Amino acid sequence: MRFRIYRYDPESGARPAMRDYEIEFEPRGKKLLDALIAIKDTLDESLSFRRSCREGVCGSDGVNVNGRNVLACVTALEGLKEPIEIRPLPRLGVVRDLIVDMGQFYQHYRAVKPYLINLDPEPENERPQSPQERAELDGLWECILCGCCTTACPSFWWNPDKFLGPAALLQGYRFIADSRDQATNERLDFMEDPYRLFRCHGIMNCVEVCPKGLNPTQAIGKIKTLIVKRAL
Amino acid sequence: MQARIPKRTFDAVIVGGGGAGLRAALQLAEANLKVALISKVFPTRSHTVSAQGGITAALANVSDDNWHWHMYDTVKGSDYLGDQDAIEYMCRNAPTAVYELEHMGLPFSRLDNGKIYQRPFGGQSQNYGGDQAIRTCAAADRTGHALLHTLYQRNIAARTQFFDEFYALDLIRDEAGTVLGVTALEIETGQPWLFEARATLLATGGAGRIFRHSTNAHINTGDGLGMVLRAGLPLEDMEFWQFHPTGIPIVGSLITEAVRGEGGYLLNKDGERFMSRYAPNARDLASRDVVSRAIAQELRGGRGCGPHGDYVHLKIDHIGADKIKERLPGIRDLSLQFAGVDPIADPIPVTPTAHYMMGGIPSNLHGQVVAPVRTGPEEAVPGLYAVGECACVSVHGANRLGGNSLLDLVVFGRAAGLHMLDYLRENPIPRPLPQAEVEKSLARLARWDKPKPENGGGESVAGLRGDMQRVMQDHCGVYRNEALLRAGLEQLTQVAARLPDAALSDHSKMFNTARLEALELENLMLIARATLVSALARTESRGAHSREDHPRRDDDHWLRHSLYFTGNDHLDYKPVRLKPLTVETFQPKERTY
Repeated sequence: MRFRIYRYDPESGARPAMRDYEIEFEPRGKKLLDALIAIKDTLDESLSFRRSCREGVCGSDGVNVNGRNVLACVTALEGLKEPIEIRPLPRLGVVRDLIVDMGQFYQHYRAVKPYLINLDPEPENERPQSPQERAELDGLWECILCGCCTTACPSFWWNPDKFLGPAALLQGYRFIADSRDQATNERLDFMEDPYRLFRCHGIMNCVEVCPKGLNPTQAIGKIKTLIVKRAL
Repeated sequence: MQARIPKRTFDAVIVGGGGAGLRAALQLAEANLKVALISKVFPTRSHTVSAQGGITAALANVSDDNWHWHMYDTVKGSDYLGDQDAIEYMCRNAPTAVYELEHMGLPFSRLDNGKIYQRPFGGQSQNYGGDQAIRTCAAADRTGHALLHTLYQRNIAARTQFFDEFYALDLIRDEAGTVLGVTALEIETGQPWLFEARATLLATGGAGRIFRHSTNAHINTGDGLGMVLRAGLPLEDMEFWQFHPTGIPIVGSLITEAVRGEGGYLLNKDGERFMSRYAPNARDLASRDVVSRAIAQELRGGRGCGPHGDYVHLKIDHIGADKIKERLPGIRDLSLQFAGVDPIADPIPVTPTAHYMMGGIPSNLHGQVVAPVRTGPEEAVPGLYAVGECACVSVHGANRLGGNSLLDLVVFGRAAGLHMLDYLRENPIPRPLPQAEVEKSLARLARWDKPKPENGGGESVAGLRGDMQRVMQDHCGVYRNEALLRAGLEQLTQVAARLPDAALSDHSKMFNTARLEALELENLMLIARATLVSALARTESRGAHSREDHPRRDDDHWLRHSLYFTGNDHLDYKPVRLKPLTVETFQPKERTY
């Protein structure tokens, strides 16, 4: 199989470049991560990428493949057009090869206060929540923070420092939607901003690429609706 | 003498950002201590995230239940090798621990009455071996994800100081045996650091990557265990590895026990529900070691499915598409992606797969690392703690029950945090750092700067790792015997002898993952050896350690924990703590399901 992979060695002084690799590899049933590991193990140990769970739940190995953001470990090799072109996630600084600097992404995540705020004394047992209330969280809490959505978003490309991006906004809404959370107003106050929230123009690249099938655009729409509603 | 590497000083340093490390960090950070959490991956990439089915606690939300029954099941599940004081502590504190997670915001699935959803898991009973209990609390089939993210989020709120993508190298231990911190490599820059702390907690997780096929993440390389062995301390019960009955063949991805908890069952190629023959009462919800052996027997008997007869079928379609989508969405994803099967229509191919390390760093129920140093077999090592899969408390003994590992993380993460608070209060003065120990660690790191031979030959890290994994897979699986283990040990010795000849071609500093894998391999090699040596010595069958040449449990000789020391492969033993904290001992008896 033929691959064309983005290489950047920060210590070499050389500019980033695409390098071609050819490897005997039976693609049937195999994922892109298997191929990356095979290249690293047998052809070029300097090829650098992140990986952990290798089953699509930890969010380490987001990369851009043939122009689309994916998780390498759940992307089937079969059906990918060769040479398979692999680049780091767009717009973030590249540390080395396929490894990007996620600092900005994590900063936006922390900014939405991604934790339950409830100032009531804790009850002896669980806080009750009906299955219907709990269902409001489905499609929100499953986010794995891989960054595929945010780095696919043109609004983020333009304003990476100011626009929170789909992943952080999805997590912001995950707590607004939680019947146990008491900080909805505070959360909306923070997001009600021409950049943080309103740079989202509903382009929906985030929905298109999310490897977990989540829908950040819908969550962002719900935040906007809440902001409009409380202004009335 | 001044250290030649930069130093950071904290009250406590925690190595590992999974559930155990995060829970302990939270305890310390909320007490306003200066705590550093160093992790080789961003914390939510830790292997806790892969836990699926749930966390066990006797909440009695669905079936009649109490912690005494949970304790009985855990002791029995451990094949009586678990320490009953620690098991009592865990089971008693389980409901509190789960409610605490709920209060933190963990999105548990719910029952119609608004309480936390619980499902049946293997080895759970009411009334000491009676009817099936329904005890495992779940967030769909992504409970580990929910737990890990919730704990990380609480640590953000508590302002824990994270050092993400720092790889811990070695413990720094002075001549008196006190642990004073760790050396760690900042992965992005390649800069080694010294983290000085009056208390150090290891929460580095398991080492399933010693096997070729494993449910474990790539990062599960037992780094904390290697650190402990190199510091001259032992590892406990390393012969006990859990083979999960239902991993996807070759790929290894876990198919949770919750599939059977929700009504799924195993079939051989004749379509027979074969578990009825092996565990007439509990059937598919027998303990994991029992189910794994049953599957292995079916495969040996030529009743496996597929062209090579190397797996059995896990059928779940009969519970209906809606329930599968609601309760097992992650399993459906994994089956579709890695087995090419939609469980709504077809059975999932599964086979026993290396999953969990019951052994580990010997510790007590306060998370203190204990070792036979001078006086007794369980003397606390000052300043050193271990919790989670890397530790051996031992609550899992010879076989862990499903749903007890997430519980272990939070109960003992909290316990260790509490004990560290006391320890730090009683030991306010930092001790001088032994510079020689730091140098030793740096020398180990520098060893990988050795140039690769001109002809491009020499051993490669990937090649050695593959060979080691093959040896472990072929010689230390579900069934073992002396000849098999002895041959495995010989082969492993040969593989290990090639390690000094290994060299890297990549000597760059920044984000050098080749060097990282080399350092991980050093740890894996030590752990593989500890496993084989301990397994060879234990001439009985207990829990997950099944010796064909010694098929019976032998309480007269082997109701004791193994302690393995590296270097000369020395083995020592210590008694099982049969006396619980407040209740009567559960006396060892025959174990049937």
